[in-house]
Amino acid sequence: MPPERHDIELRVNGTTYRRSVEARLLLSDFIRHDLLLAGMHVGCEHGVCGACTVLLDGIPVRSCLMFAVQSNAHDITTVEGLATPDGALHPVQQAMHEHHGLQCGYCTPGVLMTMTAYLQDNPSPSEDEVRDALSGNLCRCTGYQNIVDAMMAAAATMREDAP
Amino acid sequence: MTTQFFGAPVKRNEDRRLLTGQALFVDDVELPGMLHVAFLRSQVAHARIKSIDVAKARARPGVVAVYTADDLGAYWQPGPLLVPPPPIAGIVFHQRTQVPLAKDKVRHVGEPLAVVVAESRYLAEDALEDIDVDLEMLPVVVDIEAALDASSICVHDDLASNVSAHVRQTKGGDIRRAVANAHTIIKRRFRYEHGISSPIETRGVVANWEPRAAQMTIWDTTQAPVFVRNGLAAMLGLGERQVRVIVPFVGGGFGPKIMMFYPEEVVLPWISMRLNRPVKWIEDRLEHFFATTHERGQIHDAEMALDADGRILGIKDVFLHDAGAYDPYGLTVPINSQCTLLGPYVVPAYDSTFTAVFTNLPIVTPYRGAGRQHGVFVMERLLDLAAHELAIDPADIRRRNLIPADAFPYNNEIIYQDFQPLSYDSGNYEPVLDMALDAIGYAAFADEQKRARDSGKHLGIGVACYVEGTGIGPYEGARVQIQANGKVSVATGIGTQGQGHFTSFAQIVADQLGVDVTDVDIVTGDTDRFYWGAGTFASRGAVVAGNAIHAASLAVRHKALKLASDAFECAEDDLVLADGRISIVGIPEKFIRLGDLAQRANPMRGAVKPGTEPGLESTQYFGPPGGATANGVHAMIVEMDAETFDLKILKYVVVHDCGTVINPMILAGQIHGGVAQGIGNAFFEKLSFDDQGQLLNASLADYLLPTVLDVPRMELSHTVTPSPLNRLGIKGAGEAGAIPVGPLFAQAIESALGLKEKRVELLEIPLSPSRLFDLMQVRA
Repeated sequence: MPPERHDIELRVNGTTYRRSVEARLLLSDFIRHDLLLAGMHVGCEHGVCGACTVLLDGIPVRSCLMFAVQSNAHDITTVEGLATPDGALHPVQQAMHEHHGLQCGYCTPGVLMTMTAYLQDNPSPSEDEVRDALSGNLCRCTGYQNIVDAMMAAAATMREDAP
Repeated sequence: MTTQFFGAPVKRNEDRRLLTGQALFVDDVELPGMLHVAFLRSQVAHARIKSIDVAKARARPGVVAVYTADDLGAYWQPGPLLVPPPPIAGIVFHQRTQVPLAKDKVRHVGEPLAVVVAESRYLAEDALEDIDVDLEMLPVVVDIEAALDASSICVHDDLASNVSAHVRQTKGGDIRRAVANAHTIIKRRFRYEHGISSPIETRGVVANWEPRAAQMTIWDTTQAPVFVRNGLAAMLGLGERQVRVIVPFVGGGFGPKIMMFYPEEVVLPWISMRLNRPVKWIEDRLEHFFATTHERGQIHDAEMALDADGRILGIKDVFLHDAGAYDPYGLTVPINSQCTLLGPYVVPAYDSTFTAVFTNLPIVTPYRGAGRQHGVFVMERLLDLAAHELAIDPADIRRRNLIPADAFPYNNEIIYQDFQPLSYDSGNYEPVLDMALDAIGYAAFADEQKRARDSGKHLGIGVACYVEGTGIGPYEGARVQIQANGKVSVATGIGTQGQGHFTSFAQIVADQLGVDVTDVDIVTGDTDRFYWGAGTFASRGAVVAGNAIHAASLAVRHKALKLASDAFECAEDDLVLADGRISIVGIPEKFIRLGDLAQRANPMRGAVKPGTEPGLESTQYFGPPGGATANGVHAMIVEMDAETFDLKILKYVVVHDCGTVINPMILAGQIHGGVAQGIGNAFFEKLSFDDQGQLLNASLADYLLPTVLDVPRMELSHTVTPSPLNRLGIKGAGEAGAIPVGPLFAQAIESALGLKEKRVELLEIPLSPSRLFDLMQVRA
């Protein structure tokens, strides 16, 4: 029996894609291997590590816990959509660079997506609040300290940049 | 203007690619016609294979091929021994290495039985369900003590017992004489388990045989690309120049990614050659828990003899080491335990014997610390127990036993993992202890603890010392080349997994060649870009490859200055190399850009003089005579909930000496990450096997990696005692953060809960709230 397929249309980083996908295809696999937006990574495929986090209509979701078909008619942002088209880094990306918030960089796209959304919701977080927001993203390299520092700095920059 | 990059907290060159999602990892490799591979893995730990029926799987639409061990023919061979046994008298070592696909027996859960190749990973995994395996179950060897009973079944049928290795090393003559005059003898049994490295990126392999070019290209998450290239070329019947191993960006390694050959590394290239198609396998997280190597447990029966002043007279230790089902990494882990136990202390007599034991559990190979933790735990706990017995302050008993600064190089006589005598090249230990005690507020803590206790809070303090042998041989090499665009290209054979090599190596080059650090492009781990090398392990990358890069940079610098002095008809001493150009002293407008000089070094016309080489390029190698020994002290204050045993780290201090520092920002990151893994090991991460060798917590929801809520802010400081063994004076730092955290937890928890008074001793790691509860119940 041939697998059930669905036609979907969605926007990713401002571009509209139309594809036919198998019902069981994970959103993470679809984004990485069909759309070839491989910046977001897969770490556990059971929703714990947070590496595959993308924004679905502005809200962080674990793309390994969704099917591609569920993204139909939605708007997705991946790490490739964070910097401006002229290459200027988002304040969260810039702060991660300034504060050495990444080592191997594998969990980093998930951290960036989780925290850009969070800092938009809470522009003036305390360190404890930042830690709470980050607690669903596992990093095995950094011990988190520099990520926390980067997020506090990014929040300050975003407050200054806000109109 | 000349900037000194070496020693500065230079921001990383590699960050931009990683932050914008443009860095290539193995799973990002997409090739036309690529097939996907899934492995059928044993669900039981010990069984004889009666038959494997793959007919139904082969018939499934989308499946291209299914293979078992029989299909591999002569290609089926046990893997090589990575590290042969060291030259120690009387050593026993039984080499039994892993196989590509299990043939007669399965020896641990997760051992591969068959492999499916299909048009997608989804289809390949579907077909795994179609394979019918008939197994005859065997008793399972899990417990390392029971494994040595005469009645135990053998993991390897052709051996008389489950002994993988037996090694005795001694120092300072007969231990009985040293102990005879002891004032106090402390004797205990210690258990230390280390877990899995669990990088956020699992392992992966892509193999692409291009028949028309007769070239094999392999993308691999390995930490040792050159060895993988050499081994696979031999196995595949190819020349080494026909095989290219590329290690792209790797999402963390921490040791297990250096193991080779993993079955998947052997099988994927063979499949690609057989099908003339590129093939990909990416380990999923469940597979990672069984198919990637672990580090696990040791049981130490250790005794320490001391005089009345708390000075160590001698230590006797007999320990068992869980090797797992195979022992491809030789004796590196237990040798590290045996050697690192001695730590920064004067131990006049030492008698250490270990037995490595085969079990029906996944293979044990080095994971960050690589057995050092086990030894450090035993030593630090013995000192704590002795301090209590002799009524000496725990910090003070450590101070009394430190190797004095004028005793270096300090030879511990026994043989280390690099086959050299365990000799500490340099060190100055007491100031490191002083700084740590000062930073943690040791002197004031007793009062603080009492005040807190009066208000119902349970505070505890811990202080632990360690040394770390780093930067071992054999060698690394590097090629440094100035290109016509003025940028510098550097290639070295080691792979990189996030250590910042693209920056720290660039700093070394930039200073020698007078260019900006962003103008230095580093290539690591591509065997076609640099042919020779060993790999990234044992905290050796910065030390060994760093010094090779330094040597090659110096050679290019001399070439450039020589060429410019010819061009300007002046002495080399009259030239300045800075800002990407060579100019004449005092006449800055008279200059030649390095890029132009590089072009001039490769002329279209005219004779190149005999004995000279074209281009501004040099390849140099560095091999250290022995390892460089780093040292440090960690100190911690915790608050414990006396009922739930919830633990909160209030303050964490690391004082560390790894010689000359290339980049303090990157160094701090290495320490932070190491401590986080140490915390995981000490209080969160436990591989829970049942008596059938089944791992009961094989998911990240059950095997708990520390989160940002579990890892505290760390206060770091450093002393600098350069290594005399290399020109840059550097020592390795990759593993230091992880090594002493276990004994630190044990000490701080005992202190917080007043366990000495309650006569509860913490003699094991990992601990956890529930384990503490159990230990207290037993006592009660």
